Parts: sequence; C-alpha cells; structure tokens
Amino acid sequence: MQIHPDPVPTSPATTTDTGPALHIENLVKTFEGRGEPVRAVRGLSMAAEHGKITALLGANGAGKTTTLQCAQGLQRPTSGSVRLLGEDPWHASPALRARVGVMLQDGGLPQSVRPGELLRHVSRLYADPVPVAELVELLGIESFLTTGIRRLSGGQKQRVALAAALVGRPDVLFLDEPSAGLDPRSRHIVFDLIRRLRNSGVCIILTTHLMDDAARLADYVYIVDRGTVAAQGTVAELVSAERHAPLVMSITLAKEHAGLLRADPPWRTPRFDDVEWSVQDRTVTLTGPLDAQRIRELTAWATQNDNLPEALSVQPRSLEDVFLEVSGRDAP
Amino acid sequence: MSTSTHESSVTAAASSHGGAASLPRRVLAQARFETMTMIRNGEQLLLLLILPVMALVALTVTDLLDGYRVGDASRVDVAVPGILVLCVISSAFSGQGIQTGFDRRYGVLRYLSTTPLGRAGLIAGKLLAILAVLAVQYAVIAAVAVPLGWRPTWQAVLGSIPLLILVALAFTGLGMLIAGTLRAEATLAVLNVVWVALAAAGGVLFPVSVLPGWLSWLVAWLPSSGAGEALRECFLLGTVPPVPLLVLAAWAVLSWAATVAWFKWV
Repeated sequence: MQIHPDPVPTSPATTTDTGPALHIENLVKTFEGRGEPVRAVRGLSMAAEHGKITALLGANGAGKTTTLQCAQGLQRPTSGSVRLLGEDPWHASPALRARVGVMLQDGGLPQSVRPGELLRHVSRLYADPVPVAELVELLGIESFLTTGIRRLSGGQKQRVALAAALVGRPDVLFLDEPSAGLDPRSRHIVFDLIRRLRNSGVCIILTTHLMDDAARLADYVYIVDRGTVAAQGTVAELVSAERHAPLVMSITLAKEHAGLLRADPPWRTPRFDDVEWSVQDRTVTLTGPLDAQRIRELTAWATQNDNLPEALSVQPRSLEDVFLEVSGRDAP
Repeated sequence: MSTSTHESSVTAAASSHGGAASLPRRVLAQARFETMTMIRNGEQLLLLLILPVMALVALTVTDLLDGYRVGDASRVDVAVPGILVLCVISSAFSGQGIQTGFDRRYGVLRYLSTTPLGRAGLIAGKLLAILAVLAVQYAVIAAVAVPLGWRPTWQAVLGSIPLLILVALAFTGLGMLIAGTLRAEATLAVLNVVWVALAAAGGVLFPVSVLPGWLSWLVAWLPSSGAGEALRECFLLGTVPPVPLLVLAAWAVLSWAATVAWFKWV
C-alpha cells in the first residue's frame, strides 16, 4: 500500500487508447464564489484501466464527484490534465461521448416522463444502441416501464439511470454512488451487472463513501481525502497485514480486573508511541504496527497473575480502518 | 428478469462501436422529446394554449382595443398580433424556461450533456421544440381567430414568421438565462410573474401608449413591446418598423451572450 503515492505512471508519448482509459494528473478544481474560494480538488492523480473496476472512496465532500465531473467534461479543471480515452473531456466530440456512459449521483432523469420513453429517446442519440427491450430485461425494469419517473423508488430510478448510461455500449462507465438508495434486490442486480461489464472489458469508475461497496466491487481503490489521493492500491494491498503493517488488537478485561486499565498499562510507555489506542469501559483497542513482540507483551499484561481476559482478538485492518487512518487526519 | 447466466449484447466482450447518431438525428430526437414533454404537461398546456385563446376571445368581445384600430381593421385584427407574441412568451420564455430550470435541478442537463447530444445539441433541440410548439400555437390561434373575423393578408402571415422566430430567440435566451442562474423554484416564480406582468403591461396585448408617460418610455425598450409593435405593424400596416426590430435583436444577442457566459450546467 502506498500512502502519499508515487505519481501515476506517466507515458507522455502514448495518449491513445493503449494506455489507461482515464488518466488524471495533478487535477486542481477551485470554485470561485461569494466568500472564500472552495478548493474541491487539490492535486489529484489517478488512472483507470479497461476491464477493471476503479473506486474513488471518500467521505462526502472529499472531492470525488468533482473529480468525476472533470473526467466527464462537466467541469473545466482549474489546472492539471485529464485524458479520457486519449481526449480532453471538456472538448469531447460526440464520438467520444458515444463511448462513455455516465450515471449521475442523483440520476439525472427528467421527472415527468416514463422510463420507456426516456430510454427510447436516449437510444436515438447513438448510431448502434442496445435495444431498449434488452436493457429493460437486463435491469428488471419491465414492471415499472410505464410509471412516471417521479413516482419510482430510489432503487428503480438508479436502475433506469444505469440503463440510460448503458444504451450506447460504453467503453468507459462512470457510476457516481451507484448503490445510493438501492434496496437489496436492486443492489444485487446492479452489482452483478457491473461485474459482468468489467469482465467484458469495460473500464468502470465509481465513487462511493461505503467501504463495503469498494471492498465488494473494486479492483483498485483510491482513497480520496480533502481533494487528493490519501492512499491507493487493491483492497488486499490496502488492508494487508505484513509483519510491520498495522493490526488491530482488542482486549476486554473481566470485571474484577478492570482496574488494571487505569494502572500502568504497556501502551502508555514510550515503547508503544506509534500505536493508537482507545479505552472504552473494560475494552482497550490498539491500532498500529503490532509486531510479535508487542503482541506478546500485551498478552502477558492481559494474562498477568493467571487472569483470563474476557476477550482478546487480533485482526488485520478493515478497509474502514485504513480509510479512517488516512483520511481526515487533521480535521477539526 | 435477468439472471447472472444470461448473456446479452450489453455485456458481450468487445462490443463493436457504432458511435454517435448523426447531428441532425440527435437534435431532432431531442426536439421531439422536448416537444412531447412540453405539450403533455397540464399546467404547460394552460400557459401555452388555453390562456392565449381566452385572452383572444376576451379582447374580441370587449371594446378594450377599439381605440387602437387602424383603418378598417377589426378588433380581432388588432388582437391577434399581440396574442401571437403572448404565445411566444408562453412557450419560449415561461414554458421552456421552467422546464429547463427543473431539468437543471434534477441533473437532466448534466446527464444529457454527457451523451453524444452535448450541450449545443441540447440547446438546439430546445429551440426546435419551441418552434414546433409555436407552429401549433399559431395554428390554434388562427383556427379560433378566423371565425371571429380575422382576415390577414398572406404577405403579413409570411412576414410574421421570421419576426416570431426572432421574438422566440430573444425570449428563449432570457428564459435560459434565468433558468441557468436561479434555483428551480425561483425560476418558476420569476417566469410566471414576468409572464403576467408582460401580458398586462409589457406592450404585448396593448400598445405601450396606454401606459403613463415615463412607464411607456421604459416599457418601449422591453423585448415584449418591441415584439408587440413589430407584429402589429406587420399585420395592420404591412410594414416592419426598424426600432422595435433593433430592440428585439439587441435583446436576443445580449440574452444569449449572458446565457453562454453565466449558465450553470452543474
């Protein structure tokens, strides 16, 4: 895992289809307005490959959607470079737009029409669209095909929006918070389809603030925090428990020994300076580079005088731990 | 309902690319979609057709316009040019403006501008839809006006078409400017209030000379009165007045320049 990552591998000569489908370097987007300018993206670099699901994981307001909008040609970058299939998306030709499918966070669907009408309309914008009937079947839209979009549930709207994004047989598919508002059934349909699209070679770029989504779907994750990439890697790389990589150890003492927590536990010594800890009730949770020696020391402390702790566990970090660790570090 | 074993051309590997439909096809598709959305909405229908027809009938059966009859022109002859302008304000300004404001709020503009339609295609589609709706409005107004005694010359009817297109351009620009810079609710409120204000005292249905001195001077510079004057002179005198025409052209250029500069897509 890389914190403060190396710049994305650059290949100045090849800005064609042979490289990554999306290539962003040092993207900065600042919004001028009343008051202080808002620096939504502050030097973000990333790449997304064909046949891979790339996730931008971050809290609300981290800059994920703005990054996506720059990649989709909806926002003009303040500085930095964005290449989508080798072209500048701000000046995208209709031919480029035909190869890119976009599902927006709030759907982007006109409220007063019906899903069938919308899909038929959108399909007329492409030379060789997917037949609407096929999309309807694929996403299970049949039962609400003639219901006004205004009256659909969140999950139904998401499915219509995904269908609209797929009409043009895209090579690159952008999904902004694809599981927002999805019921379990819609979620299954949508996630299954996303994986199959990936397997057929489509470059899928999605944003999410849900660790679970990223862990289940993504081949490669960028953790975005305050407008820049705080960490990146495959999910396995990001959570990996190498010898000195951080682990989470949790010890719960029996009621009669709880006083030990407030005595002079090992984690208060300088030897544990680089370990984060928190005590809640009778449980201490330690996160950090817990090597065998430290685990021995903590276990010895918890079992002194032949006491038995109520619970003791050592776990690799979850994606959530990584996320919390790398993001929002000096947040107020 | 699909299962995970179902194969479809959507997920077939290496799908071949047809690319975008041709520009005329894209714009026509959007125009058709926008037209359908405009005329199917009940409130819009009220604004686009019912209110102008009611105004036409009211102005014909009352003597409000009697002071402005020229030569042997009947009441309906004086009323129709203003009613046609009111139709344009309904479709180009209020109707399409409100629709665009809500499309912007719901992200429809963002979504469509990521498709091969693009931003320019979207605007072109909206303009064509306005002209299509305007053609329907013209036909309906004519169908009501002729039985009431409307007898325009064919030259006037022909001349009114480019004039109405210019009026539509100016008012579409203004509607887009408001829809692209204000919140959707504010757009709805502003466009409806302005519609009423222009219909009542904007030089649309009545010449500006009905207004008190300073107000008539002010209103004469509005696109609504420019349009009203130009259309009335076209139908009643068979000429095209240069000053109202210039006022209209200036509004069209300025409103579109401002729209291009300030319209917020995102």
